[in-house]
Amino acid sequence: MPPDIESSITPGAIEDERGYLLRYALLQLRNPAQAEDAVQETLLAALEGRERFSGRSSLRTWLTGILKHKIIDHHRRSGRERPLVSADDDRAEADIVDALFADDGHWREFPADWGSPATALENSRFWKAFELCLQRLPERTARVFTMREVMEMSTDDICQELDITTTNCWVMLHRARLTLRECLQLTWFDGQPS
Amino acid sequence: MISSCKQTSLLLSQAQDRPLGFADRLRLRVHLVICERCRRVSTHFAFLRTAVQRYRDGG
Repeated sequence: MPPDIESSITPGAIEDERGYLLRYALLQLRNPAQAEDAVQETLLAALEGRERFSGRSSLRTWLTGILKHKIIDHHRRSGRERPLVSADDDRAEADIVDALFADDGHWREFPADWGSPATALENSRFWKAFELCLQRLPERTARVFTMREVMEMSTDDICQELDITTTNCWVMLHRARLTLRECLQLTWFDGQPS
Repeated sequence: MISSCKQTSLLLSQAQDRPLGFADRLRLRVHLVICERCRRVSTHFAFLRTAVQRYRDGG
C-alpha cells in the first residue's frame, strides 16, 4: 500500500465518518441503540482491517460496505428471532394502497402539483417532515424500501435476502413510495403556498 | 387497452427498479399522454428517490 493511503486512514479519519454511518444505519435499523451498535462494530472492524483498505474507493464507500454487512447480519439475526410480518400486517399495508384508488383503478384524489419540489430539499423543516414520514412506514415496507433506496441493492438481491418473490418486492416498493408520497403531501406539500 | 392509474402507478414504481420491457414501456407511455394525474405521480416518485439519497448523504 502506498504510504499516502495508509496515512489517510487514521483513527480520526474513520471517526469523522461516524455521523454519516449513524444516519445510514438508523435509516435501516430504526432503533438508535442498534444503529449505534452497528456503527461501533463497523468502526472497530475498519480499524482492525485498516490495511485491507485499497484506496480505490473513498473511505466512506469502504466503511459503508462494511456497515451494509453489519446491517444485513443484524436483520438475519432478528429475523430468526421474530418473523417480520403477519398476514394481518400485509392486509393492512395493502389497504393503505387500495384506499388511494377508486374501484375502477383511478386516483381517488387528484395528485397535487408539487411545483419545484427541489426547493424543499434546501429547507430544514422539510427534512424533519421527511424523517417522520420514513419512520411511519410499516417495518417490513421500510426494510425493503431502504434496502433499495439507501443501500441501492437490486430487487433480486433484496428478494433473496428476505426470501420473498420479485413480484412481492415490487408491490412492497410501490406501497412504500405511495405511502411516503401521501405522507409528504399531508405533512409538507399541503402546507406550502402554491 | 388503456391501463388503469393503479396499474400505471405500479409500473412507474417498477421503472425505478428494473428495465421495463417493450410492452410495459408502451403501456406506460400511452397512459401518461392522457393522464395528468399519473404524470404528476411520476415526478413525485422521482423526487422521492432524490430526497432519500440526499437525506442519506446529509440533507
